[in-house]
Amino acid sequence: MKAHGTVHKYGDNVDTDVIIPARYLNTADHKELASHCMEDIDKDFVKNVKEGDIIVANMNFGCGSSREHAPIAIKASGISCVIASTFARIFYRNAINIGLAILECDEAAKDIENGNEVEVDFDTGIITNVTKGCTYKAEPFPEFIKDIINKGGLLNSLKK
Amino acid sequence: MGMTMSQKILAKHAGLESVREGQLIRAKLDMVLGNDITSPVAINEFNKAGFGGVFNKDKISLVMDHFTPNKDIKAATQCKQCREFAGKYDITNYYDVGDMGIEHALLPEKGLIGPGELCIGADSHTCTYGALGAFSTGVGSTDMAAGMATGEAWFKVPSAIKFNLTGKLNKYVSGKDVILHIIGMIGVDGALYQSMEFTGEGLKSLSIDDRLCIANMAIEAGAKNGIFEVDEITMAYMKERADRDFDIFKADDDAVYSRVIDIDLSTIKQTVSFPHLPENTKTVDEITEDIKIDQAVIGSCTNGRISDMRIAAEILKDKHIAKGVRCIVIPGTQKVYLQCIKEGLAEIFVNAGCVLSTPTCGPCLGGHMGILAAGERAISTTNRNFVGRMGHVDSEVYLASPAVAAASAIAGKITGIK
Repeated sequence: MKAHGTVHKYGDNVDTDVIIPARYLNTADHKELASHCMEDIDKDFVKNVKEGDIIVANMNFGCGSSREHAPIAIKASGISCVIASTFARIFYRNAINIGLAILECDEAAKDIENGNEVEVDFDTGIITNVTKGCTYKAEPFPEFIKDIINKGGLLNSLKK
Repeated sequence: MGMTMSQKILAKHAGLESVREGQLIRAKLDMVLGNDITSPVAINEFNKAGFGGVFNKDKISLVMDHFTPNKDIKAATQCKQCREFAGKYDITNYYDVGDMGIEHALLPEKGLIGPGELCIGADSHTCTYGALGAFSTGVGSTDMAAGMATGEAWFKVPSAIKFNLTGKLNKYVSGKDVILHIIGMIGVDGALYQSMEFTGEGLKSLSIDDRLCIANMAIEAGAKNGIFEVDEITMAYMKERADRDFDIFKADDDAVYSRVIDIDLSTIKQTVSFPHLPENTKTVDEITEDIKIDQAVIGSCTNGRISDMRIAAEILKDKHIAKGVRCIVIPGTQKVYLQCIKEGLAEIFVNAGCVLSTPTCGPCLGGHMGILAAGERAISTTNRNFVGRMGHVDSEVYLASPAVAAASAIAGKITGIK
């Protein structure tokens, strides 16, 4: 499994209130949530994002509320993968549970710039920066989490 | 190797003798919680997965608190979906307008969580119940759906930071100042993936309301859970609310912590978090500039309990809030609301020029009942001051205790109280 796309770069502590503001939580519709994704931190995100694009951010991505609407909005907006130095733990869980690919890699998070073209190989954990011509190595998922992702999310993995 | 309080509770619920940091376990749940925002997503997933029923109708709580009384047609539709689900599966602890409260004020008040129990909730502030010696943590809607169906959840066993508390809080200094001080010290990711375990002789001077407020904001330091060692104060609180037996877990003497932090409660000062992160703290003495406010909010799952209402009323009694300031007081539960009326606090608030709302999360997350316009500034006893949290992306939220919020509403600018 691979991801390949253009990078949307953000800083530290991107919280779930800017990923999907609470004023839009009166719906659970994925497309509608995606139409407001990142609105309070990057007004142009929705306009610019293309299918397969990648979000890269620094420390503590997804901090704050437990709203699963946040990874849902990101996934439904077409983002194929989020790379960050660290993730807030509820966001990390939620992303795995709904099948949004996420990778922790401090080196990549620091070096990758907005607009870079990046390719991610989930089997090896190798992240290639096509624009800069270099690679970074991310920690692969533990087996337990791989199993959830391979089976298409938590609820599918629970089915006997 | 010894275990922390959190590790012992996880081990017990996983049916294991012991667990170690980093271990992945499946554990049995004593309570699964959701609200009117997160439950609809969970219910959709629950239905899509085709589960036949819930694991235990008494161990699920659904609380309609965020956008209630329904703020718009979409919010009403979400509540209707929860109501129908609760009816279909005969959920015992379904709380709707009229008997609801803000979830993390309501569940402790009703004795639904207690020492040694394991709870997940599709709300990040589910960590509140650690105040009672429970392991309690926020999850997402998919975890909630799986929890409702199976009564289990997966956990990665956390390491812990131990907070050794000594001394006693000064007058007008509360649990809110303690937790803001801690977040200011360790940062919004200072306890990322970890437990925050509170112990020491200083616990004696912390009421359950103070402990609930401190544990509530453990998530604002990135923690998985916050937990207090159980003592007589905890057991007295539980005795009034629940008649079941509880397992009490103390950390082993040789438990390993990533960090031990000593805090003398008598040194804590009234503290305010500046925009746009809870870690941007200053004590009130350090604030030299005039920070004028447009709104004060006193309430929420952090500070909507009766002791919060009493301290705010004590300060607002026979005073009036400053011209141009709106002060919104929100008791956390119907019981607290009624207490405010019976004790005469409601009259004090209204005479002081405040509005008194029925319980709701409302303005805390920019839902309704006190949204900010561009350029406006609020002091709030809530738990987050992120960009756009209470309304317009160009508004500002300062976090503080009920005492500081009430004093600031009177002054029209951010101020402490002597």
